[in-house]
Amino acid sequence: MAVSTARRARWALVDLIVLLYALIPVLWLASLSVKTPAGVTDGAFVPREWTFQNYRGIFQNDDFLRGLVNSIGIGLISTLIAVVVGTMAAYAIARLRFPGRSAILGVSLLIAMFPQISLVTPLFQIERALGLFDTWPGLILPYITFALPLTIYTLANFFEEIPWELEKAAKMDGATPLQAFRLVIVPLAAPGVVTTAILAFIVCWNDFLFAISLTSSSAARTAPATISFFTGASQFEDPTGSIAAAAVVITIPIVVFVLFFQRRIVSGLTSGAVKG
Amino acid sequence: MKRRLAEGERSERRLAWWLCAPAVLVMLLVTAWPILYSVLLSFQRYDLRFPDGREWIGLTNYGTVLTSGFWWSALWVTLLITVVSVLIELVLGMALATVMYRTLVGRGLVRTVVLIPYGIVTVAAAFGWKYAWTPGTGWLAGLLPPGQAPLTEHWPAIAIIILAEVWKTTPFMALLLMAGLALVPEDALKAASMDGASAWQRFTMITLPLMRPTILAALLFRTLDAFRIFDNVYVLTNGAQGTASVSITAYHNLIGGLNLGIGSTMSVLIFLVTAFVAFLFVKVLGTGTPGSGGRR
Repeated sequence: MAVSTARRARWALVDLIVLLYALIPVLWLASLSVKTPAGVTDGAFVPREWTFQNYRGIFQNDDFLRGLVNSIGIGLISTLIAVVVGTMAAYAIARLRFPGRSAILGVSLLIAMFPQISLVTPLFQIERALGLFDTWPGLILPYITFALPLTIYTLANFFEEIPWELEKAAKMDGATPLQAFRLVIVPLAAPGVVTTAILAFIVCWNDFLFAISLTSSSAARTAPATISFFTGASQFEDPTGSIAAAAVVITIPIVVFVLFFQRRIVSGLTSGAVKG
Repeated sequence: MKRRLAEGERSERRLAWWLCAPAVLVMLLVTAWPILYSVLLSFQRYDLRFPDGREWIGLTNYGTVLTSGFWWSALWVTLLITVVSVLIELVLGMALATVMYRTLVGRGLVRTVVLIPYGIVTVAAAFGWKYAWTPGTGWLAGLLPPGQAPLTEHWPAIAIIILAEVWKTTPFMALLLMAGLALVPEDALKAASMDGASAWQRFTMITLPLMRPTILAALLFRTLDAFRIFDNVYVLTNGAQGTASVSITAYHNLIGGLNLGIGSTMSVLIFLVTAFVAFLFVKVLGTGTPGSGGRR
């Protein structure tokens, strides 16, 4: 069916509004991050003078580098554990019949909506008593917990879509159970697992509340928390440019994920909703 | 034969429980234990600055919190921000979902770009909004009459907090709603169109009723999520000008005051409010949650 040029133009205009909506705040941060100290206070959207001084500055800042390492390390470990543990549970929920299945879905749903602040005060105290306060495991544990509901839901949905008969077919064709799993099931399940891992990583990467409450030094403080403590190199220096540069740096991984995995992220986020 | 079937069933159950055990254990360890512990703490006077004064004081902490102006102000501000942002998000999110679902040009591009606000670290985006509204620095502050500093006044600050919250979370709402749009059969829309129904009539009489479960589920998720609002408030005002949300108030009480008794009391109260809102959604509005009821 031919679509009229006028209709296409109208949609293009609407698309443009959406693009501006999503990009302007991000471009503003980017613009602020390349402004010179004098330019920061000119209030212009487009920088008049460009400099990469702010980026050079934050990459010489040990606290920020340490924060990045903490964010990446804690994020990857939490994601890995959440995906492994979540895959096991999701497989059981999607494939096996057992009493307690809906209880587990219910519990994970409750946790997805749980007010994290309610955990902060008790966890602060518990972690200090256990020596977990201001350590990687001290953040990894709550991160796994809050990544798990998403992981279980998304993966259970993916697993329900997998044509499991193929496994049986492969075995009938003479494949060993391990071969059937490795050559048939793994390739089918991999896209769902990758998508879930990205979503779980975003959850961990984004956290701020636990990161500022359960840490007290750069030993475990993640990048978003580190940024919020930026004060500038001296008390007379305004940290705006450095904060903007650091904010851009921690946004880059998300933009990369989004560009490469758009389709999967959308299907991962929407798969749970349809069943509602 | 019957016996062997039962045997198989039992081993299936056992396997399922073993597979679920680690996930359930971690989730309960990190949520149920602290929540129970904070119930215990909420009945004690326990201030880390005066650890020797620790004692059981029954409901005194609840009395202290529930008669405190700070608590009620924080609760109202949080409810206001929650209700206003979720309503705006619903309308904007529906529009955005329609665009992502229907657009004839650049569908992939639109769907990619809306994921940026979804994925961006809230704190990073919040700093962007903060500087945008800072007089002298910000491009948005530059549009206001000179001498205005919106983040230092109550209502403008609340409006900016809502703006930051809406910008960041509308795409998520839109993605959830888009999944619901996909459930509306094209044939029904086409038939109604042939019968002379206008686009608005088709939307209100076919699309919306069919999307009711999706909309309710999205509202439930976003309402409870908005109620925990912390990052945006922390960066934009840190609770100044009467903009402290309940999460900010509880946080300040812990880190600034080191008062575990009062902090735990707030934790318990926030948990109860959340549970109550969830209960309203599920029981009164009949919100289905994913996984409940039969799978379609």
